[in-house]
Amino acid sequence: MTFNVFLQHLTNGISLGSLYALVAIGYTMVYGILRLINFAHGDIFMMATYFTFYSIVIFGVPWYAAFMAVIVVTGALGILLEAAAYRPLRDAPRISIMISAIGASFLLENLAIVIFGGRPKAFPALELFTKVIKLGTVSIQRLTFFIPIMTLILLFVLLYLINHTKSGMAMRAVSKDFETSRLMGIDVNRTISFTFGIGSMLAAVGGIMWGMKFPQIQPLMGVMPGIKCFIAAVIGGIGNIHGAVIGGFILGLVEILLIAFLPDLTGYRDAFAFILLIIVLLFRPTGIMGEKIAEKV
Amino acid sequence: MKSKSLSQPSASLLVRIKERNVRLTLISILLLCLFLYYADKNFNAYQIRVLNLCAIYTVLGLSMNLINGFTGLFSLGHAGFMAIGAYTCALLTMPVAVKDQNFFLAPINETLREIVLPYPAALLIGGILAALIAFLIGAPVLRLRGDYLGIATLGFAEIIRIVITNLQTITNGAIGFKGIPAKTNLWWSFGIATFTTVFLLWLIKSSYGRAFKAIREDEIAAEAMGVSLFKHKVLSFVIGAFFAGVGGGLLGNLLGAINPLLFRFTLTFNILLIIVLGGMGSITGTVISAFVVTIGQEALRFLDQPFSLGFVQVPGISGLRMVVFSALLMLVVLFFSRGLMGTSEFSWDYIIDLFKRLGKPSGKPLSKGGTK
Amino acid sequence: MAHLKIDSITMQFGGLTAVKDFSLELQEGEIIALIGPNGAGKTTAFNMITGVYAPVSGKIYFKDRDITGLRPDQITRLGIARTFQNIRLFKELSVLDNVLIANHLHLKSNLFEAVFNLPRYRKEDKEMLERSLSLLEKLGLVNLRNEKSSSLPYGQQRRLEIARALATNPEILLLDEPAAGMNPKETEDLTEFIRQLREDFDLSIFMIEHHMDVVMGISERIYVLDYGITIAQGSPYDIQNNQRVIEAYLGVNGDA
Repeated sequence: MTFNVFLQHLTNGISLGSLYALVAIGYTMVYGILRLINFAHGDIFMMATYFTFYSIVIFGVPWYAAFMAVIVVTGALGILLEAAAYRPLRDAPRISIMISAIGASFLLENLAIVIFGGRPKAFPALELFTKVIKLGTVSIQRLTFFIPIMTLILLFVLLYLINHTKSGMAMRAVSKDFETSRLMGIDVNRTISFTFGIGSMLAAVGGIMWGMKFPQIQPLMGVMPGIKCFIAAVIGGIGNIHGAVIGGFILGLVEILLIAFLPDLTGYRDAFAFILLIIVLLFRPTGIMGEKIAEKV
Repeated sequence: MKSKSLSQPSASLLVRIKERNVRLTLISILLLCLFLYYADKNFNAYQIRVLNLCAIYTVLGLSMNLINGFTGLFSLGHAGFMAIGAYTCALLTMPVAVKDQNFFLAPINETLREIVLPYPAALLIGGILAALIAFLIGAPVLRLRGDYLGIATLGFAEIIRIVITNLQTITNGAIGFKGIPAKTNLWWSFGIATFTTVFLLWLIKSSYGRAFKAIREDEIAAEAMGVSLFKHKVLSFVIGAFFAGVGGGLLGNLLGAINPLLFRFTLTFNILLIIVLGGMGSITGTVISAFVVTIGQEALRFLDQPFSLGFVQVPGISGLRMVVFSALLMLVVLFFSRGLMGTSEFSWDYIIDLFKRLGKPSGKPLSKGGTK
Repeated sequence: MAHLKIDSITMQFGGLTAVKDFSLELQEGEIIALIGPNGAGKTTAFNMITGVYAPVSGKIYFKDRDITGLRPDQITRLGIARTFQNIRLFKELSVLDNVLIANHLHLKSNLFEAVFNLPRYRKEDKEMLERSLSLLEKLGLVNLRNEKSSSLPYGQQRRLEIARALATNPEILLLDEPAAGMNPKETEDLTEFIRQLREDFDLSIFMIEHHMDVVMGISERIYVLDYGITIAQGSPYDIQNNQRVIEAYLGVNGDA
């Protein structure tokens, strides 16, 4: 493999990794606050790509306005999902909440099949992002550079939000203890809604960029990336935002490079993420950045 | 017990009640046989197929309920175990000629090509293989708890599916098998469903079943009472996987064609729907629910085709049926979290009580699972 | 030979040392108590003895056998049973089932014998049932045997927890705050009840307790923990007059 080809794979890996990271943040935020795998997060991501498709292709909205609208609408969808599927089960046994999460995921997928149709659609190609630039013999889409930069900007905004604003402080408090937060005058339900909103908006950005990178969209497209991003969050240490980003990059890079170096294993591409997940769960269940928590007896 | 409390019925009465219950159970099984005989002769192919599916989903639902409902392990790997059972059973029952037809891309593994076994042996081997894989997976993974276990088992099911997709010379890759001999008939499916039901009923009321339930209720307390978590979790997982494998075998030889896409997470979701609807931790609930859901899915097929609401014509929308079912699952979890039966079980005493009380308003709740 | 010997065990969570160099000897037939302010590390000490946590350092011996780091179920099997501070019954199950489950560890029949009700299992099942009923009888719970355990009143739930622990057939019983939440009358009964348990079941008893009436009434020796460190040990009389213990409970110079 020449250096140029390697470079190509590397940039691809970084860009895929950044996408994983964006969506993984949503999983990790929800897990941090509710201790719940939001199974439907991948489907929120899918919804965002369809929203973009419809606003640009069908309604002819200019792309920048469409992106803004999609991010807002997807955030609202996340808040709606929380209110309908998770809030009523706040005090229910954990298994009920997990089943509700799975049910919500299936509901969104099947609604998408009914509303948008089961056949794949072509995501609009935007010259601005998809244009290929040549660096010597390496040809790379602009998008490939754009994605990691966007991810880093959003990451800094998010960290500022969490560490230096009142809402962020409320989120941190709620993630430690519902009851105490309530006593301190924090509106727990609002804070959880807020978390879902932010997580879903990040998923929306991820979905838009995913659509541009892999321009074929279909109702089940959120399933695999969703599971992989959850895996990224676990690898990094679930509940930890830095961890989610690191996990996303690791997963994206390793996945691309493994196939680049061992093309025979291409068929096992998706299995690889799961194997990584199981190894992490067994040997370091709290991930790279997670803290060890002892169970109270 | 030496001292007798007044509310306790005499020993001879208990024996009489027990004998009566055994008689009633035998009569019911006889009635079931008569019904199957009648159905076999008079029902059309479609109706028989639906009945078969009901019985197979009973086996699958019960096996998953043992793991999730009775032992409290959140396992989402059922489709993987079914795939192992279905592929094994299909491979072992297909005649050499059919195998050769199927493997047109790459020839089948020589040894596997030659082996053709009778159906029951193939089913059994399918179950055993699923159980073996479950043991290998369970030994490390069952240390995990809650949703971590869920996602890890889901991951293993996907890995199994991906491996199947890639083992060209054994599983025929993504194409799968066609022309699997239609060995599943009402006698096999209902026979195995009955056996599974009885086996699980006996298991649950035995000391091992109590240990499973103890783990579900409180792992730490169970361990403090001397219940080895590892041993019992693995036992429950492996037994569940065995029946899932057998169920998968029945399914493959009923459908006649299988491929890796059949064993996606959606399949596990369907079974989860059955046990949640019936009540996690109720055998009766699972059996009823398996029939309701299977027949319901068939009955609601009209949703995917054009239909008329009298005043408006609704065009056929494929997927609407699944929307209804996922919404149904959520409604059950949100508003009737105990499902149809909770953890209660059917008992003859209750039925007879009911008949005796007909007309009198006050009802007694069902006897709880686990108590006699 | 001490029935239970603890040799300077230490437990840390992250950077926090919950128990430091805790040592103790329990002789056969003794009743001893572990007291100390909230958060002193008493339950952590229990959790190390019963295998819930493995101590960072130190050893635990049961009749001279090293049991450090064994799993909770292995330790229970050897003959050390416990109750929990915040009652941990199998809530959805009946009173009788709760006790039957604690018999399971002695079952010799395998799963197939159990499922198909073969002769060996039938015999063992009958014995388990008889043992459990007689135990419930002794503890005055037999008439409640078919009730759901979580529907019992608080005091009886505590009693059932003890019955369940006894069903494992222990030599040593560890009681974690058996009098918590009881009124003075119940507390008084409990003192007598624990003493009776020792006679009837031939037990050595080690308990954590806050009610001084109970502690002073029945323990032969008392250990006092404060911030994970053993600050005193001795007879009830010694402890009542120990300056450090008084300080730990009341604070020094009103510095509470």
